[in-house]
Amino acid sequence: MTEAILLTIKLAGLTTLILLLIGSPLAWWLAHNRTWYKEIVNAMVALPLVLPPTVLGFYLLLAMSPQNAFGAFIKEHFDITLPFTFEGLVIGSVIYSLPFVVQPIRNAFEAIGRAPMEVAATLRASPLDRFLTVALPLARPGFLSGAVLGFAHTVGEFGVVLMIGGNLPGETKVLSIAIYDHVESLEWTEAHILSGGMLVSSFVLIFLMILIEKRWGRLN
Amino acid sequence: MSTLSARFDGKVGSFRLNMEFTIPSRGVTALFGPSGCGKTTLLRCIAGLNHMPGAELTLDGEVWQKGRTFVPTHKRPIGYVFQEPGLFPHLSVRKNLTYGMKRAGIDSRDSEHLNELTALMGIEHLLERGVTALSGGEKQRVAIARALLMRPRLLLMDEPLSALDQDNKNEIMPYLEQLHSQLEIPVIYVTHDRREVERLADQLLLLRKGELIAQGEIGEILTNPDLPFGRSQDAVTVLDGRVRHYDARYGLSTLQIDGGTLEVPDTLGPTGVYKRLRIASTDVSLALNTDQPSTILNRLPAVIWKILPTDGPSVNVLLRIGNMGEGSALLASVTRKSVDSMQLTPGQSVYAQIKGASLLGSSTTNKPRKHEMTPLIACE
Repeated sequence: MTEAILLTIKLAGLTTLILLLIGSPLAWWLAHNRTWYKEIVNAMVALPLVLPPTVLGFYLLLAMSPQNAFGAFIKEHFDITLPFTFEGLVIGSVIYSLPFVVQPIRNAFEAIGRAPMEVAATLRASPLDRFLTVALPLARPGFLSGAVLGFAHTVGEFGVVLMIGGNLPGETKVLSIAIYDHVESLEWTEAHILSGGMLVSSFVLIFLMILIEKRWGRLN
Repeated sequence: MSTLSARFDGKVGSFRLNMEFTIPSRGVTALFGPSGCGKTTLLRCIAGLNHMPGAELTLDGEVWQKGRTFVPTHKRPIGYVFQEPGLFPHLSVRKNLTYGMKRAGIDSRDSEHLNELTALMGIEHLLERGVTALSGGEKQRVAIARALLMRPRLLLMDEPLSALDQDNKNEIMPYLEQLHSQLEIPVIYVTHDRREVERLADQLLLLRKGELIAQGEIGEILTNPDLPFGRSQDAVTVLDGRVRHYDARYGLSTLQIDGGTLEVPDTLGPTGVYKRLRIASTDVSLALNTDQPSTILNRLPAVIWKILPTDGPSVNVLLRIGNMGEGSALLASVTRKSVDSMQLTPGQSVYAQIKGASLLGSSTTNKPRKHEMTPLIACE
């Protein structure tokens, strides 16, 4: 049981970290770019919102297979087989939770507008400098929402994990799978403990987020 | 000493600019014109916030834009004051002030420099505060100090008062006048408010639909018979005069202006100092002689140069001060009836009667006003 909890936290934490790193520049690009293909990228980012997780999992499984180009490339260069491994789950989760992180950050960047960045430019701040010292601090609420949503959504994913991860204890058996397993085996007590724990910790997480946002709102 | 020369001919977005000008190395140059005439776009091009292909821009021979050269905004030695103060809400007033200093390579621990400017803008007591609780006027004063702390070689101001209410405007104006008299760098000041021009500008660029239609000294532009200023019902003459002496008995200062002297009921500072006088055309009347005693102190001989129709029942008589009309221009508002009954015609010698009190004009506060400029001539 502890194994599944720790694995889930590790997966969700790592996924959130990766998403914040790649999501920030992507959100910035989406907020400020005016090229025609921006909306295509936008739609691709948003796709996991509407796509059935099993469909996403199915295509990810195919792509990751060493018989296909992407899977073969990873196998050759990193010596990792992605399907049914933790690494594969991380990749799947990053794609699956991408819109939940990118969209709040993008909205926050758009809400800042161009003015503070122009002010910073007239105060001699280079583009990277003003991104780091003006855009990031001002978009803080967006980062908080993005991180919380990304983390929670990764914790809760089921379909994608089942498709590409299976059910290997300590490797791919995350909380949601464990709960499903317990219910299938009529182990109600264990299912209750895990589900109840999820319920309480999810509430605490969201509540903390609301409190922090309120505090920042007062500061700004 | 920095001199800006600019040539713009092309489009920014859908907006067309076509002009060429040079800004002198000191003093305030107002970019004046109706909304939508291109003032702000022009200022943004000078700052590098907008990029107009084909434009040329140099400061002191240092090329900012020409051909393929385009120095980005953060590498131009400018200070920029926006309509909205644009203070960073996540930083304290002090950190807002030092943000630009640090990046401009100025020691942010140079407390003397910081103290001097915060005192000049009257914001010393706000340093440790957050910025959200400040009034509009205070925010804009912080923004101005923040720009000047970088020791820019050119200060650009985009309608810095337009987002403020009248109280805040009145509060900030004396600080701007103070700056005007103390800054050693050229200032470009965008505005569509004529009162701001009268109080602050030394030079004026008049814009219309992206084109420069006039450029010159403020005094000349306001009285130029070919421009709309002189034809407006509330036309104003701006004169720069030098204080000659102060008569303590009557509390009157005597000012030397081009073509005569004026007596003003105020202590205008030490002898030799230059002061700006704002004279509303409605405070100037005309007489054919000085036979009758009058309570009006200032009666200057003048020659009628032109009679300008206005949109109202009166006309503006454009005068040249002095017996031979050798002095400054001056506008007098006169009814059409008086023009006919006195048979006023260009070339005629008259007396311009100026109500002394109206000479105070330029400031509405009791702050010490300093319109001190470097004396051009030191003769007596």
